[in-house]
Amino acid sequence: MLLAVLSGFLLAAIAPWVHRLSGRHSGWVLAALPGALFIYFLSFIPEIADGGQVRFAYPWVPGLDIQLSFLVDGLSLLFVLLISGIGFFIVSYAGRYLEKHRDVGRFYVLILAFMGSMLGLVLADNLIALFVFWELTSITSYLLIGYNHEDARARYCALQGLIVTVGGGLALLAGFVMLAMAGGSYELSEVLAGEGLQEHAWYLPILLLVLAGAFTKSAQVPFHFWLPNAMAAPTPVSAYLHSATMVKAGVYLLARLNPGLGGTDEWLLILSLFGGVTMLTGVFLAARSTGVKQVLAYSTVMALGTLTMLIGVGTETAIIAAVTFLMAHSLYKGALFLIAGILDHEAGCKDFLQTGGLRSALPVTTFFAAIAALSLGGVIPMFGFIAKELMLEAVLEAPTVSGVLTALAVATAILGVLVAAIVGIKPWFGPRVKTPKDPHHEAPPAMLAGPAVLGSLGLLFGLAPMLPEWGVLGAAAGAVYGAPLDVKLSLWHGINAPLMISAASLLLGLALYTQWDRFRAAFAWLDGVANSIGPERQYDRTMAGLVWSADWQTRVLQNGYLRYYLLTILLMMLVSVGVTARIYDISIGELSFADIQIQEWTVLGMTLAAAAVAVTIRSRLGAVASLGALGFGVALIYVLFSAPDVGITQVLVETLTVLLLVLVLFRLPGFLNLSSPLVRVRDAVIALSVGGMMTLVMLSTLHMRAHDSISAYHVAESEPSGFGRNIVNVILVDFRALDTLGEIFVLALAAVGVYAMINLRAEDRK
Amino acid sequence: METLMAFAVGGLYAAAIYMMLRRSIVKLVIGLILLSNAANLLIFTAAGMDRGLPPLVPEGALVPDGPVADPLAQALILTAIVIGFGVLAFAVVLIHRAYEVVGADDMDQMKDTDT
Repeated sequence: MLLAVLSGFLLAAIAPWVHRLSGRHSGWVLAALPGALFIYFLSFIPEIADGGQVRFAYPWVPGLDIQLSFLVDGLSLLFVLLISGIGFFIVSYAGRYLEKHRDVGRFYVLILAFMGSMLGLVLADNLIALFVFWELTSITSYLLIGYNHEDARARYCALQGLIVTVGGGLALLAGFVMLAMAGGSYELSEVLAGEGLQEHAWYLPILLLVLAGAFTKSAQVPFHFWLPNAMAAPTPVSAYLHSATMVKAGVYLLARLNPGLGGTDEWLLILSLFGGVTMLTGVFLAARSTGVKQVLAYSTVMALGTLTMLIGVGTETAIIAAVTFLMAHSLYKGALFLIAGILDHEAGCKDFLQTGGLRSALPVTTFFAAIAALSLGGVIPMFGFIAKELMLEAVLEAPTVSGVLTALAVATAILGVLVAAIVGIKPWFGPRVKTPKDPHHEAPPAMLAGPAVLGSLGLLFGLAPMLPEWGVLGAAAGAVYGAPLDVKLSLWHGINAPLMISAASLLLGLALYTQWDRFRAAFAWLDGVANSIGPERQYDRTMAGLVWSADWQTRVLQNGYLRYYLLTILLMMLVSVGVTARIYDISIGELSFADIQIQEWTVLGMTLAAAAVAVTIRSRLGAVASLGALGFGVALIYVLFSAPDVGITQVLVETLTVLLLVLVLFRLPGFLNLSSPLVRVRDAVIALSVGGMMTLVMLSTLHMRAHDSISAYHVAESEPSGFGRNIVNVILVDFRALDTLGEIFVLALAAVGVYAMINLRAEDRK
Repeated sequence: METLMAFAVGGLYAAAIYMMLRRSIVKLVIGLILLSNAANLLIFTAAGMDRGLPPLVPEGALVPDGPVADPLAQALILTAIVIGFGVLAFAVVLIHRAYEVVGADDMDQMKDTDT
């Protein structure tokens, strides 16, 4: 199982070489993997159909109790079959579609890695693993959408999809962590099997966070805008992303969590209303678009809304309707996108207005487009018809807000027929329109195979609904519902309300199709509204705001003035030390000035006086001289308190310092008063506060000793091990010789730097 | 004595920081010298201050007779003094060079990296 999930990534790693070796048939060669996976997953059907589950677990991060566990039940089986089955046709189709593109190898890497992520996502039973695969799909789809990376528009769209879905992914991660804490396990099956999630105090936050993830991924209103933009991807990618994979991930998650989180009023209201509104928005936007892929993309939004709504309603009929609709949609949407690719490839059409009367030139394509469109429109006897009947039935029986949902569903059904007519009639029938490219021949077999098989399955499953029902749909509906369901799909339910609605919407939809031009014209004004306040505009504003605030922040923080950097650091230090002292209630030790001898008072007084002069004096010579006095004062302190070596060094260095300053500073201009008095007062206050803080820190720490000093060892071993009687010397050249080596290195480096700068100056003069 | 040293070190820190906040680059260097002296004294004080107990082993003996001042702190300060001097020498030559290019002692005129 682990191999099956990871095989996509493994093959992706070597795909470019496989492509180079197999040349123009690489599509078929690489498609062998999804094909083999499909057959492998088919072998699970007998066990799953009997209501069984298969679980695989592999240790991943045992220390954190995270394992790579996979669960095959009806729901995940339905998804993996769709992913691998449609994946087979996508990869083989892409081999021909992108034949002339120069880096097809990269495409294979991405699409196979994407397929692997998607398989992992729907199979994962561990919340962390699920999240990792979830984000992997976002990242790989980002790369796929931006496949034509030289096109600025493609890059923009890819980034938009990434930011929306990954933003939702962050919320999802928080939701997962809370879910695991509330459920007591990171294993999804255990969390969902537990009782009382719906009554948990965190239920609402968990629900909202998870929904934020699912809604952004599955393009629910108001996040629907990224999905049509994702059409910047090559057509096979659009077909894959939209039919079975990426956008259905959110729906998958909702379906998966339904047994644990579903059934409450919040769940029902939020999901069904958002779903219903998304459904109508999607189909409406599809009906007023003319771009081939755009119409299909918006109709995907419609399908996603429908699925969300059905999962929200949550009755037995609704769940059965949801899984049926999911399957029907994957089949016809995959076929239609691949046909859109054929239209582009053979006739050069990217817009429905450029098309018409292609029936005679592309007869086979026309046939499969027509049956896929019939399924989309929900016309008897297609599989889509069964799904639509069930959907209408579920909505009519919905426990609450049934009226609203029915109204939305009926409007959607009418417009759905219109969209189906646009897709299934406009390009093929009617008078022949001059297309950008004249189609000389039918599409090659690799490109026709997908639409043919997927379209025909829509018809076959409609005529024989027991096939998918026995295989996976029954088990899938049971997994979503949380209890086994008795699923009996049939084409004919007798004459009832859903059938009447279907028939009426078919007539109204076709009537609307004859007035399609006027329909679009009537709503043209909406473009302006969408451009000024639409969600995409809000997205652009948010992004611009982010850039602006980053710019502002950089200007304020990275202002280029050393003194403001210093001020920031010092103030932060004051605040943090102050707060710490306050929290731990630190007090200073006893103040004692008793044991100080007169010469010590004198030396310290002289040193401080020298410092005061160095700060205040206007003359540079005076400042340097007082620095010298200060240095010698410090040297005296060292000598007075048992540190003769340090004292000697300090005297030497201080002498050199004064000499150096005198030599160099006198080539510079005299001191100027550059700051205003107010600024100087401010700086003095801060300087005194920091100085005072240092005094307090010293006073409070003088009598603390957290650890024993290692000095005792140095003292004891200086003569026996180091063979030296000056312990400080032994430490420097023996115990801590590496420190001294580093010191020598620093000095050498400084000397080289000084030498280089002096030489540079000499060169300038030449 | 440590109490008094705490006040002295605080005073040196205050002087150093005031100088480092000036716009003149020469004053910045003076501030750095003050700062390194203050930090050395801080370490020196923290190790404890003893009069007349240099860390030396008498001739012929293996260990000092009686307690001595902490030799480790002294070794650290010694290293710090020398490195501080190296940094200072480099900084002084650098500002001299910068003055030749920019023609001013004012740091506000050195905002661009390209001059």
